[in-house]
Amino acid sequence: MADLSLARSEGGVRALLLGRRGRGKVTLSDILTYGYLLLGVLVMFAPVAWVVLSSFKTPAALQEFPPTLLPYSTEQVVVEGFDQTLPLFNVTTESGEVVQLAQIRRVGLNAQMIDPANPQAGRITVPVANAAPVRKVHFAVENYSQLLSSSGSDIWRFVFNSLFITVAATVITLIMNSMAAFALSKYRFRGEGLALVAILSTLMIPATVVLVPTYLIVAQLGLVNNLWGVILPTVATPTGVFLLRQYMLTIPDELIEAARMDHASEWRIFWRIILPLSSPALAVVAIFSILSRWNDFLLPLVVLNRREVFTLQLALASYQDENVVRYEQLLAMTTLTALPLAFAFIFLQRYITSGIASTGIK
Amino acid sequence: MSASSRIAHATGSVFALPARAVEPLMAGLQRLIGIKRMPWFFLLPNLAAVILFSLLPVFVNIYYSFTGSDRLYPSERPFIGTYNYETLLDCGNYLDPSTCSRDLFWRALGNSLVFVPTQVAAMIGIALLTAICLNGDIRGRGFFRGVFFFPVMLSPVVVALTWQWILQRTGVLNGMLTSLGLDPVNWLVHANSAFFWSVFVTVWAHMGFYTIILLAGLQAIPRDVYEAAKMDSANHWRVFTRITLPLLRPVLLVVFILAVIRSVQTFDELYVLTGGGPGSATLLMVQYIYEIGFAIQPRNFGLAAAASLLLGVVLLVFTLVQLRVSKGSNNG
Repeated sequence: MADLSLARSEGGVRALLLGRRGRGKVTLSDILTYGYLLLGVLVMFAPVAWVVLSSFKTPAALQEFPPTLLPYSTEQVVVEGFDQTLPLFNVTTESGEVVQLAQIRRVGLNAQMIDPANPQAGRITVPVANAAPVRKVHFAVENYSQLLSSSGSDIWRFVFNSLFITVAATVITLIMNSMAAFALSKYRFRGEGLALVAILSTLMIPATVVLVPTYLIVAQLGLVNNLWGVILPTVATPTGVFLLRQYMLTIPDELIEAARMDHASEWRIFWRIILPLSSPALAVVAIFSILSRWNDFLLPLVVLNRREVFTLQLALASYQDENVVRYEQLLAMTTLTALPLAFAFIFLQRYITSGIASTGIK
Repeated sequence: MSASSRIAHATGSVFALPARAVEPLMAGLQRLIGIKRMPWFFLLPNLAAVILFSLLPVFVNIYYSFTGSDRLYPSERPFIGTYNYETLLDCGNYLDPSTCSRDLFWRALGNSLVFVPTQVAAMIGIALLTAICLNGDIRGRGFFRGVFFFPVMLSPVVVALTWQWILQRTGVLNGMLTSLGLDPVNWLVHANSAFFWSVFVTVWAHMGFYTIILLAGLQAIPRDVYEAAKMDSANHWRVFTRITLPLLRPVLLVVFILAVIRSVQTFDELYVLTGGGPGSATLLMVQYIYEIGFAIQPRNFGLAAAASLLLGVVLLVFTLVQLRVSKGSNNG
């Protein structure tokens, strides 16, 4: 019995390691498949992980080449009689012994050091070649706290702008698209086909192709440098109407008939019956709206020219144009911009992938 | 309760209060205009937005392309006939962009003509390979699918900055090359390598999207077809070319059309990653339209409109031809 169960668990381990369900044999195609997938993990994940790791490095560590994998910083000590903390070095003495000394300053090829344990012993002059900084892994959280503290950066303004655009556009999209979808799925009326074609035909008009006239219309409405100028042109998504209409067609008409018998108004039928029943489709439309509004770039770039109306994406892109790029802050901001979507992805992956698979929208 | 109904519930309760106020108003409206006109009321907001921001712009664009000057408002723009189109298409020798009066347009067009086929072929090839791997009998499919898909969620600016950080002169890629004893390369400063990385980064960012669609297509192919092929002891390649590809054709067609339309419109990533440079080595059509219409002073809206209309016509013709070809071959 014991032997048998051992054999079974061995088989289980092997199946786990080799990824076969039940069968023990490993074929060449298995090895190739897993090799490819693991390579994929490296190529897809490593760049982003690298940026996140880099965002925790001090400005000095970011200057290093070749770069280190983990963020390091030189250890600092407080020495009696000095106002500032001093960097700690491992110094090889002439006798070959290694001692830890704090550097006071560097003069040419020599450094003036002091023994932190025994400051009274006085300054020691050491050749720089014999000293190596004492380093430890240090996550420079101050990159983030500096970025988020209000002085010197407008980041909260950019966050607010991005959030406002995303939330307002998504709410309006959901209401408008579902109203149109309701009309196009639950009523028969003259001009129904024409209206459907008019809305769906805009699938064929890429936003980039009508960039100039869209800007004109936004300007005519007085919405240049106004957040509504990037909200309104994006709300009437044809894919949203299409998706919701297809879903509402599956809701039985008898429900509506029964509600009309009870003298419910058409709006009440829409708001109280159709909308709650359409929640799976609404969720898909909402997710895609949030995604694309948060990531929007070209329309905001054209419509929003003043720094106080910049979205996170615009602010991030504009960092490069500055004379001195502060990489530690740029990297921290890049990480923060990607963060909300990373969380959304972890929780909503199933919805997003099934939404894409069934409709091909994005 | 499923996640979607939870989301719907949460949004529902946020709007509960205003909604209660709206209901009597809407009932009044219904009495006023009659139930027959209610569908038009439901349609109105969406239809108005579609007309204002999608259909009207097409006609305004056509008007713009026939007018000149740097004024924005149509009434202030003089009519100049086909001058914008003539300027765009004016070339001494069509194979040499420097002989054209708008040489950047032709360089952007040339770049797009190389970029789009390369990027689409690489992307669909890799996406198909990934989808086939994910469709196999493997462990952790959800994890691997997530790994390949997550860059789709990243904003183009984040994608571009990430790769810029890796590819810069003192970046980690050069760091690895140095530790292998090779010389560091200025990846984004040389025309050819900048172009290569433009293709690579856009494929990296978007292939997950197509992988998901192709994977759904693969999973829709019934298992017993493969079982039958196994009985006939057909090899992998034969199964792939004789069963998988033909059955996947409709999905592949959709993926192909979507990929081409998006590839032609590539802008965000490259605008941040290379800015179209070095020189004009990675300048594509949409960035050209953006540059002449908005970035370079004086703004030339007419020329930008003409260029974007040419782009739109090309996309439309491409889509129609593709659909026609696929329909023809399906019937035959």
